[in-house]
Amino acid sequence: MTLRPLTLVPVGIFSLIAIVLGFYLWQVGPGGKDISQIPSAMIDKPAPQFDLPAIAGRKDGLKTADLKGQVSLVNVWASWCQPCRAEHPALMALAKDGVTVFGINSKDKPENARRFLEGLGNPFARIGADAKGRTVIDWGVYGYPETFVVDATGRIRYRHVGPINPGQLDSIIRPLLKKAAGR
Amino acid sequence: MIAEIGHYAVALALMMSVVQGTFPLIGAHRNNAVLMGIAGPAARGQFLFVALAFCALTYAYVVSDFSVALVASTSHTLKPMLYKVAGVWGNHEGSMLLWILILALFGLMVAQFGANLPAGLRARVLAIQGLIGVGFLAFLLFTSNPFLRLDPAPLEGQGLNPLLQDPGLAFHPPFLYFGYVGFSMAFSFAIAALIEGRVDPAWARWVRPWTLVAWTSLTIGIALGSWWAYYELGWGGWWFWDPVENASFLPWLVGTALLHSALVVERRDTLKSWTVLLAIIAFGMSLLGTFLVRSGVLTSVHTFATDPERGVFILGLLIVVIGGGLTLYAIRAPALKSGGLFAPVSREGALVLNNLLLATAAAVVFLGTLYPLILDAVDGGKVSVGAPFFNTTFVPLMVPLLIACPVGAMMAWKRGDLPGVLGRLKVAALVAILVALCTVVIDGETDIVAALALGVAGWLVAGSAVSLAERTSLFKIPFVDTLRLALNLPRSAWGTAIAHSALGIMVAGITASSSWQTERIQVMNPGDSVELAGHQVTFKGAGTVPGPNYTALRGTFELASGGKTIKILSPEKRSYPAEKSTTTEAAIHTTPLADVYIVLGDADGKGGYATRMYYNPLVPWIWAGVIFMAIGGMVSLTDRRLRVGAPKRAGRKTAPVAQG
Repeated sequence: MTLRPLTLVPVGIFSLIAIVLGFYLWQVGPGGKDISQIPSAMIDKPAPQFDLPAIAGRKDGLKTADLKGQVSLVNVWASWCQPCRAEHPALMALAKDGVTVFGINSKDKPENARRFLEGLGNPFARIGADAKGRTVIDWGVYGYPETFVVDATGRIRYRHVGPINPGQLDSIIRPLLKKAAGR
Repeated sequence: MIAEIGHYAVALALMMSVVQGTFPLIGAHRNNAVLMGIAGPAARGQFLFVALAFCALTYAYVVSDFSVALVASTSHTLKPMLYKVAGVWGNHEGSMLLWILILALFGLMVAQFGANLPAGLRARVLAIQGLIGVGFLAFLLFTSNPFLRLDPAPLEGQGLNPLLQDPGLAFHPPFLYFGYVGFSMAFSFAIAALIEGRVDPAWARWVRPWTLVAWTSLTIGIALGSWWAYYELGWGGWWFWDPVENASFLPWLVGTALLHSALVVERRDTLKSWTVLLAIIAFGMSLLGTFLVRSGVLTSVHTFATDPERGVFILGLLIVVIGGGLTLYAIRAPALKSGGLFAPVSREGALVLNNLLLATAAAVVFLGTLYPLILDAVDGGKVSVGAPFFNTTFVPLMVPLLIACPVGAMMAWKRGDLPGVLGRLKVAALVAILVALCTVVIDGETDIVAALALGVAGWLVAGSAVSLAERTSLFKIPFVDTLRLALNLPRSAWGTAIAHSALGIMVAGITASSSWQTERIQVMNPGDSVELAGHQVTFKGAGTVPGPNYTALRGTFELASGGKTIKILSPEKRSYPAEKSTTTEAAIHTTPLADVYIVLGDADGKGGYATRMYYNPLVPWIWAGVIFMAIGGMVSLTDRRLRVGAPKRAGRKTAPVAQG
């Protein structure tokens, strides 16, 4: 039997992948952690420290201190993200009802982001530009869009993965906002 | 009673697959014809029992037998019959049973049509198919039994996820699974070849049709899914680089590479080790997709009920099947002797380039899909890569592939004549330049990248036409002779030309829809009009209409151009009371050049409605491209050399056919 190093490469790579998947599975289970929820480590923890500039051409920006003082939603979005467009009316509706919605515009080009807001309306009280996508890593963002409910003390109370559809707006988001305000 | 029969049939099928997976393997090793002969009947028996189980489950759904837990949790008496039947595979357990049914069907096909296979190879292939069946039947029986009873039985079921209540459910999963599972054939042949230590042109000639069947079906399945997402999710897009979309795209990319490399084995008796590796990886990617969707490590519209126990089982299967396959490969592949030599500039060289690019593209998509998982497993931090990652890595890899495609397809085997081929492709180059220039002129804004991409699309279509014209000596000999040549041209040559030009049509559709999409989002009151890419869209109003198991808010929009009404469009928002959720039904007006796509949103409480509209240029071309690509696959399947079967394996090399 002759073994050649080259033919060992595929099984080597596969072993690595299997180890990673196994390790991940071990973390997810037992008990079946629902990973559409934020890892439990982040829930009820203070929001990560960050200080983001405004989208070039705008004047606001967003930092950790802004999250304190009121219950808010923090929405991670990008102009290239189709589901973000789909959930946009939901955010607009919340903003109209007086909910403070903050935006983190991630991995986006400033001109595209501005065009998005001009075309569809701006529901955000403040927006931070996370051009390199560094800050959303601290938030544990898995995909776009994601939305966090943050209470008045700046602690994360809930994480929503994917677009907020109209049903979830009433069944999940609004009750959570009420609950967070009551705390 | 029926459910118990189904349960029992699964258990019997498991027994059958154990028999099918062991005795023939021993028989092939000892050259014992009796033991090898068990393979065929066992495969037939396995299929029979799995089909029986499948019928039992379907029956439970049709009669809404809510004493079966699975039916109670995913069905409802008011559900239309189509979704009662399709609902069988609209859940984890049932879709797994469909998966196994198709696996058993492939086993049956080898048993029925594999008479011309050498006995040893046939026994080994069936045994490997049987062993895969053992794994999945055990998985079904021990972790995902679809026939579990519920006592007391509820009076009404909980209903099926409304997103799945769509004709798409009837067709998307069966085609997709047929493709996924179809790669198990290539895998079984690869493992059998590794055990035998022998890969030759005859082997490739058996593997290619199976791969082609799986590939064609997977192509249709992915496109159906994409189309479904396009009209059902209401996001105006058709591909989102969603992890589960990627999971189906990965086996497609590897399978496409396999189709092309198997050609080299068949014609030139070389590239064997690589082809065997691709066959293992193609099926590995199919299994990985299954793992990702069902273990709960990914969240998406596709995720079935998450259960870590199932994840562990599938990971175990993945390790045994693919880890085992790759280990066998590591041990045995060095023994595979390489055949014909070839110059770098040749058909073989071009196919190697094709394989390198496709394999790299698959690696990139794989990395982009799993990177978030990997990082999360390592340090708990989560990242996402998103569409920009894929657009900046995948697209640049496709560009050389598309440009080289017509050149490679016209290259001669062994030693090609690059200047000669390029010279013959002058016409295609001219077409490409013209298309690009026209785009710049018409577009006005000069989106250079899009213009070049459309040029590439033109290059692919024209290049395929040129290759056909060349081979039929069009305009060089009398037309009647050309026709006769065309009729005598191998079907595989037609298949190649059709599939490659289909690729061009698709590229045009993808380019135009992503470069020139127009979007309008606004609140509209009845009577309001919006301008959309030269059309007037007037909102006539919205009202409630009842459906079989939902109530819909239906909007009426008048689509007009130049003052003339073209069509009345009626998008809906459906509320399903049983499932307590809503779905969006986009209204789409399709013309050969574009889709007008309208989505009705929420009422603003003052008589107005949020509405979203898209003008998606050339999106129908994407679907047309896929259809032609699948037709190309089917035409190639009817090729004479696949129909007449493989030549006897007497150590004789198949004479290389002039071109193909």
